[in-house]
Amino acid sequence: MEATERMFERMVHEHQHRVFALGLALTGNRHDAEEVAQDTFLRAYRALVTYPPDRIRELKQKPWLHRIALNVVRNRVRGVRPRLVELNGSEPDHTPGPEAGAMLKAEMDALAVRVAGLPARYRDAVVLRHVQELSYEEAADALGQPVGTVKSNVHRGLKLLRGDNDDPADD
Amino acid sequence: MTPLTTDLKRLGEVKAPAGFADRLLAHVGMADSYAPFETVLGTVYVAWNRQGVSAAARSASAADFEEWFRKDVGRQLVAADAPADLAAKIEDELEGRRRLRFDLRGLTPFEQAVLRKTREIPRGEIRPYGWVAREIGHPAAVRAVGTALANNPIPYFIPCHRVVRTDGHIGNYGGGGPEAKRAILNMEGVRVSRMEELARAGVRYQGVKTTKIFCFPTCHTGRHALEKNIVWLRDEASARAAGFRPCKVCRPAAVA
Repeated sequence: MEATERMFERMVHEHQHRVFALGLALTGNRHDAEEVAQDTFLRAYRALVTYPPDRIRELKQKPWLHRIALNVVRNRVRGVRPRLVELNGSEPDHTPGPEAGAMLKAEMDALAVRVAGLPARYRDAVVLRHVQELSYEEAADALGQPVGTVKSNVHRGLKLLRGDNDDPADD
Repeated sequence: MTPLTTDLKRLGEVKAPAGFADRLLAHVGMADSYAPFETVLGTVYVAWNRQGVSAAARSASAADFEEWFRKDVGRQLVAADAPADLAAKIEDELEGRRRLRFDLRGLTPFEQAVLRKTREIPRGEIRPYGWVAREIGHPAAVRAVGTALANNPIPYFIPCHRVVRTDGHIGNYGGGGPEAKRAILNMEGVRVSRMEELARAGVRYQGVKTTKIFCFPTCHTGRHALEKNIVWLRDEASARAAGFRPCKVCRPAAVA
């Protein structure tokens, strides 16, 4: 139990930004992104405490968390909307982080809205491959789809984002 | 114009909001929240989690409290606004109406038993260390009771100040020394100097002639006895020899 908690704490610190960014790209806004990230880790925690130690050791955290987050987002679309727990009434801090220098927060959010607006199968594939930079194999694993399907969905998703119907070689 | 995939990559570098990890860990019960409270004792920092109140201390500053908590309790600590009802619950707890839950994980079963027993001592009353030891079924472990109370992580709320030396002297207090202990007890209505006087005279119990019952001097059942009916007793043997039986409420001796 102690070891699981230590492990979970490390996992949260290591993956919090990745999971939040995933939520942002999938939902298109920061509030929903935080809900998704929170719910993803809560589900991960509830699962971890039931796992035997060797299963925890062999766990590939990154694809596992991506799979959970994708499920969280899918369930939200179905109408199960877990409310963000505003612990102790403190407002989540949405001030721009260190990424602000690289690209304006507003531009980032606008891009997130465009990505989140893609049809789900293209959106998920594009986000895993290009936002989260998983390999095609990892993305296929997280999505439970064949690699070929993921590749073609990424390709179509990028095309939709560029708003053209031709075939520029940029992926 | 930046290529699309470069922008997407940057989208993946967005950072979670500040405090996200701490709030999450607090939510699953792996970090505690804390806030300062103004009490009659001055500012008291109180930490809590989903199990209940986990620590309290009259630290000089929030930073001091955080440092002490991380070292002593070993969990993370997140500054927070207190839940709306916590202040009222703390107020009630201090008034003697028990409403708080406590998180005593991390303490040994013996320490937990000592603290639970200590909570049963009513406001305005005191008990000796030996009483706690006997009540929890370890009559010989008087010193261990003292140690457990000295390490009470939630002093004041778990009223370790109501436990005094077996000879009736007030004894030491982790929450600010004997003077603080005396002040709190006086505030709770214990006539501390009178109790010390009795202890110096070798008196341990108060017997009431009309009922033939002996109590700890602060027991609320014996408090209203008429002065002329009170007998001061030195120990259990002489009390029983004089025909007194121990009070069933304050239990000054095992009820045989």
